[in-house]
Amino acid sequence: MAIWLTKDSRVIVQGMTGSEGSKHTRRMLRAGTAVVGGVTPGKGGQHVDFDGVRVPVFNSVAEATSATGADTTVVFVPPKFAKGAVVEAVDAGIGLAVVITEGIPVHDTATFWAHAVASGNRTRIIGPNCPGIASPGASNAGIIPADITGPGRVGLVSKSGTLTYQMMYELNDIGFSTCVGIGGDPVIGTTHIDALAAFQEDPETAAVVMIGEIGGDAEERAAEFIEANVTKPVVAYIAGFTAPPGKTMGHAGAIISGSSGTAEAKKVALEAAGVKVGKTPSETARLMREVMTG
Amino acid sequence: MDLYEYQGRELFARHGLPVLGGGVASTPEEARAIAERLGGRVVVKAQVKTGGRGKAGGVKLADNPDEAQARAADILGMDIKGHTVHKVMLTVTADIAEEYYFSYLLDRANRTFLAIASVAGGMDIEQVAEEAPERVAKVAVDAVRGVDEATARDIVTKANFPADVADQVVAIAVKLWQAFVAEDATLVEVNPLAKTPDGTVLCLDAKVTLDENADFRHSDHVAFEDKSAVDPLEQRAKEKDLNYVKLDGEVGIIGNGAGLVMSTLDVVAGAGEEFGGVRPANFLDIGGGASAAVMANGLEIVLSDPAVRSVFVNVFGGITACDEVANGIVQALELLAERGEAVTKPLVVRLDGNNAETGRSILDSANNPLVERVDTMDGAARRAAELAQVGV
Repeated sequence: MAIWLTKDSRVIVQGMTGSEGSKHTRRMLRAGTAVVGGVTPGKGGQHVDFDGVRVPVFNSVAEATSATGADTTVVFVPPKFAKGAVVEAVDAGIGLAVVITEGIPVHDTATFWAHAVASGNRTRIIGPNCPGIASPGASNAGIIPADITGPGRVGLVSKSGTLTYQMMYELNDIGFSTCVGIGGDPVIGTTHIDALAAFQEDPETAAVVMIGEIGGDAEERAAEFIEANVTKPVVAYIAGFTAPPGKTMGHAGAIISGSSGTAEAKKVALEAAGVKVGKTPSETARLMREVMTG
Repeated sequence: MDLYEYQGRELFARHGLPVLGGGVASTPEEARAIAERLGGRVVVKAQVKTGGRGKAGGVKLADNPDEAQARAADILGMDIKGHTVHKVMLTVTADIAEEYYFSYLLDRANRTFLAIASVAGGMDIEQVAEEAPERVAKVAVDAVRGVDEATARDIVTKANFPADVADQVVAIAVKLWQAFVAEDATLVEVNPLAKTPDGTVLCLDAKVTLDENADFRHSDHVAFEDKSAVDPLEQRAKEKDLNYVKLDGEVGIIGNGAGLVMSTLDVVAGAGEEFGGVRPANFLDIGGGASAAVMANGLEIVLSDPAVRSVFVNVFGGITACDEVANGIVQALELLAERGEAVTKPLVVRLDGNNAETGRSILDSANNPLVERVDTMDGAARRAAELAQVGV
């Protein structure tokens, strides 16, 4: 078992015929993901050959889901069309939408999120601007490299892509149940708390690594949630102690305004909730190793 | 992108919001000309992207064009909390009977937008919010439904606006929402939203933050960019599509992925405590698939910062292959030497992840005496800090 993405997940790729979409569809297939279709408006009826696997292309998500029984979509469409793509996925009633696209205007994200909520929250949205979700050995939806680690009992939730990979690598001898990259944008569909709640319920997850960064108060709220609801050990890492106030460092979300949202405030909140916070990614990995090996 | 007040005012005017007549000047002479055009008493306001300019002497009244010119001369060039004043805005003055507050902003925690309104506006709004939160109405705005007249009236009622101004504030609230959406803003703030003695409601200040991700549908937003206020290295980096932020330390940083680079800054700052307090000199994220050209551009920018004493290249190969990064570094050093900008500062390189072994052996066989390879991030950070130690 894993959270949200399992070996039974049937995955379609929105924007599969684009360069990023096709590159990563190939990688997902190689990782064992059941990619059952692609969606590119106007290209329905075509097939794309990925090293001998013929994947059908559909004009819409609704067509793709009814033809393939897909329950998961990975969105690679450019920022300009991303809102429409996610709204379409929500309207098709798909269970999981993983939005990889970087650079989506926040009004568009807020709009597709509000639409998903108004549609009864049937679709879990991960991202945008995220590396996706991987359940090692089972399925991989997004751009997380599949060969860093094998399956295991650590859950990982992270705002940052490369730090996700770094952590997976440092603990690759222990392995992971599911690694979720939730993305660093100011508005994201799935939060640290959502992932913590799911990992707490997942019998195959024994402990959780949480990676956060400056900006917003998601980590502070996650700390409150952990204190009240999570009995499994949680180890955390926060990036951005050295970031100067008011500067954006790549992620739109990593902006400090005023005193809230600083890395220090997040660390303090997490430690108060009994979470061990590592000073560096390596020290964090070490703390998790101690948890897992006693 | 945060706008200057004069840009925000311009944007408000474009969307039909009631603002005072005015103009913006870069010289005292221009200020004089604007004052002549406006006629009568004017207020001269320093244009800086920081608060507290009134207390710093950056806002002055002038009764005639001569005075306007003199006040502009006083204010232009002034330093307000580290911001040099390059422009002043002049507007006609308005008598104020009451000061209110109104804003729309992104509410990250609730993944929606928020209207904040208060009849206790003005300079002390933050204090009001803290001491008398019941006087500040916060109303969630649904991103799909937006703010129509009924929603606006609901906000105005919740904030207890007096009956004599309610209709005007409702109209302003609707227009301000339209501007917020049409311009892809993440913040529009009016403080004060003022009532004059004759009962007219006016937007006397305009604070606007625009979402740069939406620039593709706002070709006119480019004009709001203030190149004079941007660090020259940051400007050069931007022209090369590099995500670079200048900081004030000695260790140049290059890495892939915003989170990893932020983390690298922290680890270097931590390691630097042992070596005379050296700090990271910059943030530079070269992103995925770092080619030799991108690496060369990155190195060039980082090394042209005179404060840099050593450079730490920290790459984790996820999708990026470390052998490509290693080739990038080797070729970048050759490229810079060919351009006559041979690298003279030491580079500490840490490669891990995808194809790390191959990458490391490429660096080893290139055998450049300035390039030192350390296999762990913590170890490499420590070495880079040591090499940057002041006075060694």
